[in-house]
Amino acid sequence: MPDTSTSHYPAAPKVEPTARHTLAVTVDNEPGVLARISGMFSGRGYNIESLTVSETEHAAHVSRITIVTSGTTHVIEQIKSQLERLVPVHGVRDLTTEGEAIERELALVKVAGKGEHRVEALRLAAAFGARTLDATLTSFVFELTGATDEIDRFIAMMTVVGLVEVSRTGIAAMSRGPEGM
Amino acid sequence: MQEEMTGAEMVVRALKDQGVEHVFGYPGGAVLPIYDALFHQEELRHILVRHEQGAAHAAEGYARSTGKVGCLLVTSGPGATNVVTGLTDALLDSVPLVCITGQVPTHLIGSDAFQECDTVGITRHCTKHNYLVKSIVDLPRVLHEAFHVARTGRPGPVVVDVPKDVQFARGLYARPRDNQHKTYRPRLKGDLGKIKAALALMAQARRPVFYTGGGIINSGRHAATLLRELVHLTGFPITSTLMGLGAFPASDKQWLGMLGMHGSYEANLAMHDCDVMICVGARFDDRITGRLDAFSPNSRKIHIDIDPSSINKNVKVEIGILGDCGYVLEDMVRLWRETAARADRSALAGWWRTIEGWRAKKCFSYRNSSEVIKPQYAVQRLYAAVKDRDHYITTEVGQHQMWAAQFFHFQEPNRWMTSGGLGTMGYGLPAAIGVQLAHPKALVIDIAGEASVLMNMQEMSTAIQHRAPVKVFILNNEYMGMVRQWQELLHGGRYAESYTAALPDFVKLAQAYGAHGMRCSDPAKLDAAIAEMISTPGPVILDCVVSKEENCFPMIPSGKAHNEMLLGETAEDIGNVIDEKGKALV
Ligand SMILES: Cc1ncc(C[n+]2csc(CCOP(=O)(O)OP(=O)(O)O)c2C)c(N)n1
Ligand SMILES: [Mg+2]
Repeated sequence: MPDTSTSHYPAAPKVEPTARHTLAVTVDNEPGVLARISGMFSGRGYNIESLTVSETEHAAHVSRITIVTSGTTHVIEQIKSQLERLVPVHGVRDLTTEGEAIERELALVKVAGKGEHRVEALRLAAAFGARTLDATLTSFVFELTGATDEIDRFIAMMTVVGLVEVSRTGIAAMSRGPEGM
Repeated sequence: MQEEMTGAEMVVRALKDQGVEHVFGYPGGAVLPIYDALFHQEELRHILVRHEQGAAHAAEGYARSTGKVGCLLVTSGPGATNVVTGLTDALLDSVPLVCITGQVPTHLIGSDAFQECDTVGITRHCTKHNYLVKSIVDLPRVLHEAFHVARTGRPGPVVVDVPKDVQFARGLYARPRDNQHKTYRPRLKGDLGKIKAALALMAQARRPVFYTGGGIINSGRHAATLLRELVHLTGFPITSTLMGLGAFPASDKQWLGMLGMHGSYEANLAMHDCDVMICVGARFDDRITGRLDAFSPNSRKIHIDIDPSSINKNVKVEIGILGDCGYVLEDMVRLWRETAARADRSALAGWWRTIEGWRAKKCFSYRNSSEVIKPQYAVQRLYAAVKDRDHYITTEVGQHQMWAAQFFHFQEPNRWMTSGGLGTMGYGLPAAIGVQLAHPKALVIDIAGEASVLMNMQEMSTAIQHRAPVKVFILNNEYMGMVRQWQELLHGGRYAESYTAALPDFVKLAQAYGAHGMRCSDPAKLDAAIAEMISTPGPVILDCVVSKEENCFPMIPSGKAHNEMLLGETAEDIGNVIDEKGKALV
């Protein structure tokens, strides 16, 4: 491997540990605000693992965007200040550094199959605490709310018994304790 | 008090209420109502350019030489896309602009209507902020907010896209109020604790250096005055980026010259060897740092900046102070005085001796000639001829720009307008026109390259129409010199497409526009030519024919550290000095 130290750009990331961070961003709910945020990520080469957005205070036109991203501590700091620089952003909080945040995701999972697979799908759904939203003679649609890895596991299981389709909301997150944003 | 008027009238009124006197623009279908409103008034002067990019650079020159917001007005579609380069230039160099673009009527948006483009989408990444105003109700607020966002915090360009039906609609206009913005509140005052920590670090410094940038100039005249005070109080050496030239007087003993890729030997070595670096309003850009992991390896760093994302972006610093340079410098000067802080005098004396040793290298020396005009000599003579006049300098981009930065010495802020961050060829001529309109009596000179100046040459016509007596001083080497230099150093002297084989006759070109054209190729006649250029009343192009293959030194080659800088006499070996990795860098 050539000696990377001759580059006058930030050296190719020196195996610094990267970590997943969940950021809660409150924004003024004006047209294009989501494009500003997602554009900042793509334009500067940061990645988005999950992004959810919804209006949280209708009267005040405030929306909350939950973004899961990953990077070194330095990159995460940059992402936060780049977000704060956007004019319609009210505030950014790094829920990951503020102590274990609560993170939940909702998934709709469609499975199709007959016989033994059908029975197994129902058993698994019960074991995970999923609700059955739709049932036909050959299919089910389940709803599961939980942490991301729990949903990942549920989907992995369902793949074996006849997974057809998945729709996930992405993560909604909130810090523990009495304080608000 | 609220007044009823049309959207187009609101635009004109808001500009006036925001203190705009000149608006640079070009009409078209989607802005006709605004042009009609301009027709009915006299206070706001419209400067018709010849290409919208010219309007943007002219507004930049206007803004940077006055400290005010530059303003432009263009039509939808091609009008808007033509300003993209200028907006990006302003974003990278933190120049406050407000650009009003016309848009197709709201009911046609999204239908691929004639001259429709997604202006807010296209300009989202090249503006500090932008707005599409879909209702007349929002128009006055957005217009005033645009000026507020453009001028405060880290300044930048703001686009307001106004559909034609909104221009025709009637509504209530309100004057600007200084209500706090809901979300946008730049921080001005620095944290006192951190300022004190910075001063303590400075008081212990043995080899300190001030590294300053365009932030001081953006902060205003007051900041430059405070900087001078602090530098004199401490006795520390000071260098600056390309963008910051003039904030500190180049004639001062403590001035080391510009730093960076083509900066002075003493400035770059001082940066490399310092033990405390005080960065004020600069951003550790790659032209400055060179090889990042060898950048000033043994220093403790203080960074003062108004943009939190600039702190710790490229270089990790020990003390990051978020705030406007002017406010922070004020606290620093006051506290340094109050505590009667003293730098370590004997250490400082030793440091200055080291610096004098570097200075003795005379890194900007070049071999002059009596046969052909050396470009460095041309800039030196120009400086000698204009230094005692009220003058402003703009440049294009290339070697001539670097020679201007090296050999023209600036004593005051806002006198030097160059495209630093984006490096936009074609910036200098329209910028000079903008400067000239803001300072009608001053001598405004574009130090140009023959290739760059052709990119916006059409603006000579603007200069003639608006009686802007700008002087275009072309260092004509027939090459895209900076490209040729890199090809010589990095690509075995294979000059692919960097020679301009069919240059126009610049003398006749000037005449065709109605300007005065001159040519000079004899070093003995240079002074007379410069004198004639200066004393000619209208716009002038002086085609100064210079040596063709001169290189710009010193130079920190790509991939090298500050202390590996090349001086002129070592030029021959340069091709071997840059390794494969370095060749891949820009
Ligand atoms: C719009 C644009 N295109 C290309 C470049 C790349 N570039 C940088 S310097 C340069 C050559 C400039 O030539 P000239 O204006 O003659 O200046 P010189 O270097 O010869 O002084 C070029 C092509 C640029 N900076 N801007
Ligand atoms: Mg040239």
